[in-house]
Amino acid sequence: MQRSIIALLATFALALALAGCDAGKPAPKFKSGDITGAEFARGFTLTDHDGARRSLADFQGKAVLLFFGFTHCPDVCPTTLARAKLALQQLGADAGKVRVLFVSLDPERDTPAVLKGYVTAFDPGFVGLTGTPEEIKQVAQDFRVMYQKSRVEGQEGYSVDHSTQTYVYDPQGRLRLYVSHTQDVDVLVHDVKLLLAGA
Amino acid sequence: MLKKLASSLSFLALAAVAGAAQADAAVQNPWSRATPPTAKNGAAYLVLKAGAGGDRLVSATAPVSERVELHTHIMDGGVARMRPVPAIDVPANGTVELKPGGLHMMLIGLKAPLREGASFPLTLNFEKQGAVTVEVPVKALGAMGGMEGQGMPHKGH
Repeated sequence: MQRSIIALLATFALALALAGCDAGKPAPKFKSGDITGAEFARGFTLTDHDGARRSLADFQGKAVLLFFGFTHCPDVCPTTLARAKLALQQLGADAGKVRVLFVSLDPERDTPAVLKGYVTAFDPGFVGLTGTPEEIKQVAQDFRVMYQKSRVEGQEGYSVDHSTQTYVYDPQGRLRLYVSHTQDVDVLVHDVKLLLAGA
Repeated sequence: MLKKLASSLSFLALAAVAGAAQADAAVQNPWSRATPPTAKNGAAYLVLKAGAGGDRLVSATAPVSERVELHTHIMDGGVARMRPVPAIDVPANGTVELKPGGLHMMLIGLKAPLREGASFPLTLNFEKQGAVTVEVPVKALGAMGGMEGQGMPHKGH
């Protein structure tokens, strides 16, 4: 009886020690939104700008920056791509450990060829992804991305209102960060370095 | 001699008028970003500055695109909604900055991709000042409007 109480206490102490140990491990100090453990945006299968079917798992081993847009977008999308390019430049030698994925929300106009010309102009390593309108709808839903065609008077065709966040995955393919499109490049670089260092 | 003096005086007077006009609705730091070969549209950015009377930018044209529209972004919970604006008011003695992610000039239907290092004229039509044409330099595709767009080295190199 006494022995079992001692065993119980020991187990309790061990559990406490483990819990303490776990709580004592400092959480990574990300400057952007830490969404580690999020149960959305876990994967996709789409067509890349060369016409090949690609899924998120294909990019494991690299940190991944993923965001959504459309090539007729004159301001926010080029700015997001430009910021990703700047981040890679600032990462220097670590840039090779990062992939940048741009998912089109305008599959009717953004054919693989159009996407290729667009994203690779920023960096030859950037990957444009598109799909059927149904596939894009599903991916947007899975990734909690809002998008809506908007007919604007005077403007050619339509614009696409859309969510502008960048999702960042660690080299194990886990979603870790939500980065607002207004966030400084320095913040992105800081956080990607942490992820590459195993945070 | 007198004629020469008169002509210098009129030159000075003209210069003074031009100077006053510039102070009234100056256009500063215009720039544009190079566009990918398959991009249909581009954007131009600049700073508008008005004097004591204020002014209003009502339209713009550029030979590089079919149309130029004044646009802004309305941010709605992380969703960007790009919308045309009918005009941009420049308050008295104030400035309005057109920059990435906010107010910008949308160059709709580019006739050819904008190439880094090139430049193009942009004519801005103000309510009071009338037409003002500025030369817009095209910065790199990766330009954000700061020094990095001018080929300056930045942190991390």
